[in-house]
Amino acid sequence: MSDLKRITKAGIINFTRSGVISWAAVLVVTITLSVITSILLLHAVLNFSLNQIKDKVDVTIYFNVGSSETKIMALKDSLEKLPEVASVSYVSDEEALKIFRERHQNDYPTIAALDEISTNPLGGYLNIKAKEVSQYESISNFLSSDNALVLGSSAIIDKVNYNQNKTVIDKLNHIISGAEKLGFLVTLILVIISVIITFNTIRLTIFISKEEVGIMRLVGASKMRVRGPFMIEGAVYGVISTFITLVIFWPITAYLGNNMTGFLGINLYDYYISNIFQISAIVLLSGVVVCMLSSFIAIRKYLNK
Amino acid sequence: MIYFNNVSKVYNDNSVALDDVTLTITTGEFVSIVGHSGAGKTTLTKMILAEDIPTSGTVFFESTNIPKLKNKELTKLRRRIGVVFQDFKLLSNKTAYENIAFAMEAVGKTNEEIESDVPHVLELVDLRNKMYNFPSEMSGGEQQRLAIARAIINQPELIIADEPTGNLDAINTYEIVQILKKINDLGTTVILTTHNRGVIDSLKGRVITMEKGRVVRDDKGGKYVI
Repeated sequence: MSDLKRITKAGIINFTRSGVISWAAVLVVTITLSVITSILLLHAVLNFSLNQIKDKVDVTIYFNVGSSETKIMALKDSLEKLPEVASVSYVSDEEALKIFRERHQNDYPTIAALDEISTNPLGGYLNIKAKEVSQYESISNFLSSDNALVLGSSAIIDKVNYNQNKTVIDKLNHIISGAEKLGFLVTLILVIISVIITFNTIRLTIFISKEEVGIMRLVGASKMRVRGPFMIEGAVYGVISTFITLVIFWPITAYLGNNMTGFLGINLYDYYISNIFQISAIVLLSGVVVCMLSSFIAIRKYLNK
Repeated sequence: MIYFNNVSKVYNDNSVALDDVTLTITTGEFVSIVGHSGAGKTTLTKMILAEDIPTSGTVFFESTNIPKLKNKELTKLRRRIGVVFQDFKLLSNKTAYENIAFAMEAVGKTNEEIESDVPHVLELVDLRNKMYNFPSEMSGGEQQRLAIARAIINQPELIIADEPTGNLDAINTYEIVQILKKINDLGTTVILTTHNRGVIDSLKGRVITMEKGRVVRDDKGGKYVI
């Protein structure tokens, strides 16, 4: 316990006494953490946009006019049981007519023709949303199969619009998975570059102290007693850099929230504020782990003497 | 206490630092090792600290075979030896007090022991008024006295002083030698490497003369002869 206390104290004192070197390291770590924070925000924008696109994709099953609602409900129930299905909403024939009328309220000839018929020419429909865009095909296959769950429903189904939308859905699916893969790759590359830069900076700060490390070992200090303060110093870099990064992103996200919400589709300031604890935790953990680990590895070379 | 048996050290470029050295240093001795630069004096002391390992031969500290020591045992061995260097090797970002406290912390002394012993040892080397100064704020003589204070604080069995007066003027040299003599009088074995004729002649102790990695003279009560 007293050793831990001494190591912690020594690490903090080292930080304060190293002056410019410490602050140079903090600057580099801040840049790394800013990259990580930017990636988190970019992910939010990307996810939001992708979700919006995904949300626009659905499959609709149109039923024949006069189909029994019990049968439709039975089909709805069995669809809801599918693991790929996120939600199924039912629009009855009357609601379909109402929606149709609202949509065409300025289209006089259509409304006049509809009034002429006097009966409802529209059937009800089920609107299905899958959890993933790629799952629409399997839902469509399920509907066209002779599955016991949908037995008899082919008689009431007028058409399923999946086949009409198939090309668009496939293309969207392709774009979405491409965007996700690209996002992951870019994130990975940026994080690796940042970590390497941080590691090298910390290696330089330890290189400056390499003679001290040798002296400590000659005086009889254990490896942990020598290494500990450097790791604590690394943790201090991480904590201070986290604080600076979070403060810097406050006005940046406020500006983006005020001026770019229309373009990005999401208010980044609101996102930043409402997720501040999660973002802080990720940034702090990244900063402290990267710095402590860098110190741990960088000092190893000078310890074995 | 220390036994060198046919110790040789040849570096990669085939330069010979030690050539078949055999010698024994007994407890309580004050041994001076003299020789020109490159004679092998420092290599010899590095072997005792396991900073360097011999190409052939064995080095023993009592019953401990030094080159075979594992990391933890090496740390324990170094705690039994105090070291003083020509270039002081002080921790530059620590004050005089902290430099000595660090050596005590390294061997696991308590805060109470540190608080009571550090001022005492600084008093002993006449540095009480420099307690909170950094090495860069001290003269060469003061830094070397601080290095000696650090070397003796844990009451080691052996003090190795590797050219401790190399960077000092005559007065500071005299002071450092007097301190080392006092430490030896109290029972600690001292190994001093130097090429200062005045120091050797004033000590009137055992003198080992080295040349090109070999021990060429070993005189009890010897003088500086090269």
